[in-house]
Parts: sequence; C-alpha cells; structure tokens
Amino acid sequence: MIYFARWKILTIISLCLLGLAFAAPNFVDRHTAENLPDWLPHKQVSLGLDLQGGSHLLLEVQSDAVIQEHLEAIVDTVRSELRKQRIRYRALGINGGLNGDGSVSVGVAITNLEDHETAYELLRNLEPGTDTEIDESGQLTIELLDQTVQDRRISAIQQSIEIVRRRIDETGVREPTIQRQGDDRILVQLPGVDDPERIKDLLGQTAKMSFHLVDTENSVDDAVAGRVPPGSKLMYSADEVLPSGEPFPYLIKKRVMVSGETLVDAQPSQDGRTGEPVVTFRFDTRGAKKFGDATSKNIGRPFAIVLDGRVISAPVIRDAILGGFGQISGTFSFQSAQDLALLLRAGALPAPLVILEERTVGPGLGADSVAAGKIASIVGLLAVIIFMAATYGLFGLMANVALIMNMFLILAALSALQATLTLPGIAGIVLTIGMAVDANVLVFERIREEVRVGRTAMSAVDAGYSRALKTIIDANVTTLIAAILLYTFGSGPVRGFAVTLAIGIVTSMFTAIMLVRLLAVSWLRSRKPDQLPL
Amino acid sequence: MRGIQLIPASIALQFIPKKTLFFGFSILLLLSSIGLYVGKGLNLGIDFKGGILMEIRAESAVDIAEMRRDLGSLGLGEVALQTFGGPTDVLIRIQKQDGDETAQQAAVELVKETLGSSVDYRRTEFVGPKISEELFWDGVLAVGLALTAMLVYIWFRFEWQFGLGAIIALGHDVFATIGVFALMGLEFNLSTVAAVLTIAGYSINDTVVIYDRVRENLRKYKTKPLPELLNDSINQTLSRTVMTSVTTLLALLSLFVLGGPVIADFSFAMIFGVIIGTYSSACLAVPLLLHLKLDRAGLDEEPVEKIA
Repeated sequence: MIYFARWKILTIISLCLLGLAFAAPNFVDRHTAENLPDWLPHKQVSLGLDLQGGSHLLLEVQSDAVIQEHLEAIVDTVRSELRKQRIRYRALGINGGLNGDGSVSVGVAITNLEDHETAYELLRNLEPGTDTEIDESGQLTIELLDQTVQDRRISAIQQSIEIVRRRIDETGVREPTIQRQGDDRILVQLPGVDDPERIKDLLGQTAKMSFHLVDTENSVDDAVAGRVPPGSKLMYSADEVLPSGEPFPYLIKKRVMVSGETLVDAQPSQDGRTGEPVVTFRFDTRGAKKFGDATSKNIGRPFAIVLDGRVISAPVIRDAILGGFGQISGTFSFQSAQDLALLLRAGALPAPLVILEERTVGPGLGADSVAAGKIASIVGLLAVIIFMAATYGLFGLMANVALIMNMFLILAALSALQATLTLPGIAGIVLTIGMAVDANVLVFERIREEVRVGRTAMSAVDAGYSRALKTIIDANVTTLIAAILLYTFGSGPVRGFAVTLAIGIVTSMFTAIMLVRLLAVSWLRSRKPDQLPL
Repeated sequence: MRGIQLIPASIALQFIPKKTLFFGFSILLLLSSIGLYVGKGLNLGIDFKGGILMEIRAESAVDIAEMRRDLGSLGLGEVALQTFGGPTDVLIRIQKQDGDETAQQAAVELVKETLGSSVDYRRTEFVGPKISEELFWDGVLAVGLALTAMLVYIWFRFEWQFGLGAIIALGHDVFATIGVFALMGLEFNLSTVAAVLTIAGYSINDTVVIYDRVRENLRKYKTKPLPELLNDSINQTLSRTVMTSVTTLLALLSLFVLGGPVIADFSFAMIFGVIIGTYSSACLAVPLLLHLKLDRAGLDEEPVEKIA
C-alpha cells in the first residue's frame, strides 16, 4: 500500500488538476465563464429553481377528454349513417353515459330484426381501430381497441407538449424545460418566473376555436327551456350578460363553418374606427376558401366565434370575406387581446390540462438560500479543518488538503455533469464535508493502533491503509445505496440532495484513499521519521 | 506537528455489561415514539397531505393576529401562520381544498388578492391531492427499499446475524427520529424523508465499522469470551466513532444555525439522527450480536491478510 507506480501518481495528479479546471468557471461571473476559450471547461453549476428562483409546474393532460370526443364523433357518424340507410334505432350513445368511468364504447339498439345484418355490415368498418359486435336482441356495440385508446392518449400528450412549448415560447420565458413525465404528465420548469399566474392562465385554456352560423330560425328561449332543435346547440357568451346577470345565450348551428385549425396567424391590434383592442387573424388557403364561401352565402346573417365552448363574439356578416383575413372584436383589454392572439397562434390543446403541483420560488429567497448555503458550507468546512488539524496534526493537515480538493471535485463533477444543485443539494455538500473525513479518520486511527502495537512508522502507515480499506468500502457502499435509492424514488429537490451525496461519497473515497495516501507516503519517503506525528 | 488524542487509547468503557440498561432505554424510546405517532400524530407537510404553502415577506413586521383574521375569513378552512426566520417573514399553510385541482389554484389566487401586491411572495407551493398521495407512497417505498438493500449488502458481506443486528439498530434510529418529529411537531415532508434515509446510511456506516472490527477480532482471538471481545471491539473503534460524529455534527450544526430557515428542520433531523445513530451502533447493534447466536466456527474461512 505504500508503493505508488509512476502512472498512478500521474493519474492522481491529473485527476486533481482536471477537477480544478472544471471547478474554476464557478469562481468567475457567468459572462466571463461563457467567454472562456473553447479548450477550457466553461460550464458553471446549474442551480435548481429553488436557488435561482423560478416556477415548477406539473401538469396532467386530461386525455379522457380526447377519448370522449372520439366516441362522440363516432356517435355522430353512426347517427348519420343509420339515417342515410333509413335504419330505425334507439338508445344511441356512449355506453355508461357522458363522463362514464373510462367507457370506451358506443352502443345503439337496432329496432327491426331484418336490419341487424345490414347495420352490422354498415358499421363494422366505419371506424378503424374499433371492434363491432351485435347480439340477438339487436344491441350493437362499437368498442375502441385498447391499442386505439393508447395511441390516442399518446398522441394527445405529444401534441400537448408541443402546444405547451409553443405557448411558453411565445411568452418570452428564457430557457424553459418542458418534459413528458409518466403516461399523461408534463413537467414545466420556468427559471426566473416568480409569478406564473399568466402562464397558468394560458395553459389552463384549451383554446379550441371554431366558427359557426347562428341559428336564427329557432327560438333561443325555447332552447334555454330545454327544447334544443337537432343540429343546433345552446351556448353562452363569454362576456355578455343578460339584465338578470346570467350569461347571454346563443343558439348556434352544430356544423362547424370553419375550424380554428386553419388559422395561420393571429395578432393583437386596434380597431381602425373605435380604437378598441381586437385580434386579427389569417386563414390558410383551405380555411380562406371555406370562410369565403360561407360568408358569401350568408350575407346579413350572424355567425358565432366560439372559443372553448363559449361564444366570444357574434358579428353579422356584412360582406363576403374573401381575403382570408378576419378580425375578432369582443370586450378585450389590451392584455386579453394579446393572450388570445398568442393562444390562437400556438394552436389548441387536444385536451384540457390540470395543474397537479406548483412550486414557485422568488428570486429573493433563492439568493438568500445560496448565500446562507455558502456561509454554512464555509463555516462547516473551517470547523472541520480546525478540528482535524488539532486532532491529527500533520496528518490532519493532509486530510484537510484532501477535504478542500474534495470540495473542488464535487463542484467540478456538478459542473461537468450539469447536475442541478438544489438547496437540499447544498445540505448534501455540507454533510459530505463532515463525512468525507471519515475515511481518513478510519485510517489514522488504525495507524495509531498499529504504532501502539510496536510497528515502525512506515509499516504502521502501510498496515493502517490496507486494514482500513475494506472497512471504508463497506461503510461507503451502504451510504451510496441510500443515495442511489433517494435519486431513483425521490423527486425534485430531494434528487438534488442524492446527487451531491453520491458525488461526495465517490470523491471523498478518491481523495482519502489516493490523495492523502500519496501525500503521506511522499512525506514518509522524504523524511524517513522514526515516529509518526499522530 | 502532533495531534491530540481525543479518546485515550487505553479507554475501556463497559458497554456490554450495561446492555440491559441500553436495551431498556431503547425499548422505552421506541414505545414512546409509537405512542407519539398514535397519540399526537405526525405534522405532515403539504408534500404528503396536499395543500398550499406560501412564504411571504412584508415591508414591515407582520401582525400575525390580523393576518390570521384576514385569511381566516376567506373560508379556506384551516389556515396556519407562523413567523419564519424574522418578524417580516411569514409562512402560510392552507389545508387541502375540497374539490379538484382547480379549487386549490383558486385558493392561491384568493390569498394573493387578500394580501395585495405590497408583500413579496418568496415561495408558493401547491401540491394537489393526487401528487401528495404519490409522494407519500414513493417515500415509504424509498425508505423500505433502502433498508432492504442495506440489509442484503450487510448479509452478503458479513453473516446474517450481523445483517439482522444492523437492521434492528437502523430501524431503531429511523423510528426514534420520526418520534422526535412527532414530539416537537416539526413538519414532516419530502426533505425529512431524505434526512431519514441519510440517517439510515450514516447509522449503518457506523455499525459496519464496528462490526468489521468484531469480525476481525473473532478471527484473531478464537478463545476470548464473546462479551469481552465485543466490548473490546467497541472500545477499539470508539475514537473513530466519536471523531466522525464530531466532524459530521460540526458541519450539520453550521448548516442548522447558518443555513437558513428552509433547511433548519432538515438539519435538525440529521443532527438528532447522527447522535442516535452513534448511540445505536455501539450500544445496540453490538450487544445484540450476543443474542443472535453468532457462529464463531464459521468465521475461519477467510484468512487474516498478510501485511507487507
């Protein structure tokens, strides 16, 4: 244990130098670090949101809504197909009813026995990814295959992530992280955002927009009373209210005149005449043609602009709108016009998002935590250094060199791996300061014992290291197990703690077994003392 | 430059003869811990209970009573206020709201409207019921797996008696720490789980070091009576045990005093854990070996290594 091959010495020294080089960028400001020459490491430790301030949001995609929509669409198709073929039916609907628990099938009862076969053949291949069955009583079931449900959910989350990213990018937040988590969750991290209300508002809307004609042939009052004519639906205004305070009702055609998917641009603007905030938009060619056709056929009739199931505006068509440009005027504030334009540009979410968890830290608290963490680390470090020097003398000083080197190595590893440093992570570093010397303590105590049983200096050091080594490994592996499990099952800041703890264990073993031993052996060889200063 | 010997080499404390005293103390400690969970319960933080936590800083010292009245009248259920670090800083805890996740969001906005924009919202955390339940079970899983993994490792490296002794001592430390959290009403949250697992790591680390020495002595002194051998092993490693505890405690004390209020509870848990972990390794884990039918004959296989 006291002979070092030359290559080993070189490896130890170069690892330490590498550590210093990778830790160095953390001691200059960010700008200087980024402008270091390319051949030098220039990555700084990346601070977690709890230290730099920012907002962490965990969202859940309500993908049940997508399945529900798909089933509703199947119901519509079945209805129109059966009508076309003049097949009599009853009880058409989603099995288990609306919001039924996880229902994935549509049911319909075919009235006449002679229609059973025709209906089955007609509906069997209506929708890909479904399984259709009919029983003797004429009860027909169209069930979505598990694979179809799964595919729809996956595509809903992928699409949601894309839309969330676009919406957040539009707000100008710098370096957001948007990741999928689990089957139906999205983790959003927004550094520097200490008031996420606006972003939460933006993410809280699906922003599905569509244009419908207003049903002027039937009475709105009848519809409010519950008699909604087929082909129409009752919808309420987003901002207008009746004198009674109830939202203003509209009866609109179910058929979509033009869907919001065909929008290619939307911008906040001001109305040329009134100066009120409005949102202007532009359709793609397909949308422009549809909108042009629809408006030219319906001059003088009102149409409704529907956003997330509410009417935001219902203007009367004065002229055919052929250019593909349009303008929405409602009761917008400048901010709400801007937000609506942003939502329309970014596109609609396939399903609503719900915020499951939010953790927001202001920049003040983050900076305070960093400052407190720095002071606690330095004071802790000094206390341990003094204590080690007092107890082990020269050997204590060697251990202290290793301890300081250890700090640099932890910083270097954090910077090079770009692991995130959190507040519990700082706690992990401070704890490492205390525990890192343990390996040295084990060795030094062992050397003392070997001296007491009468070994010479050199032989005592040798025996001390070889006998303590197994203990050191056993003792550290157990803590490493704890750290790895913390990382695997922990979340957020706790993971940050596990990372620094694990890095600290590895670097402290290296410094104790390699660096201190190298120092001790070099000293022994040059001085050849009879007695050890322990 | 020579060091000072903190623990004299000739030390010979009577650990094994006093084992009944230690066992009695530990059983009492565990019983009172269990009594505290059942009677008083743990003060679960929002991580595990769901709800809202806000840390605010006002321009001047906060009148807690007045703020409690203002926020209490919002109909949000239980609202707990506590100054945090200084008179201008307040920690607000609001219970989980009835209804789904949107109801929680609405509560946050209501509080912000009530307190106005003159206060600095230093931290806003909201954990929905779905997540809090997951976090709770993940925590239980992490602690359970960590204990099992450590048990397996010790079993693999030593004999089963050592594994069992270590895990009993470890379980003792974990339960006692949680008991102190119940006793003092400290918030039990995700960081606490991290602290508990670290304590587990520390405790087992400490135990392994002494066990290592026990095993070495068992091979070296084949005829020495077991109680005497165990007692010697503890004393031989006592200096290291104390040294490492002291350095770790120095670092943790610095964190507790200077690290800021956010991690004060976390550091407290670790400080307690280090003390109890040190106690249990020497006074519990080793004496337990006497009662676990240690098979001395089985230890002969591995030869004592030769020292160059």
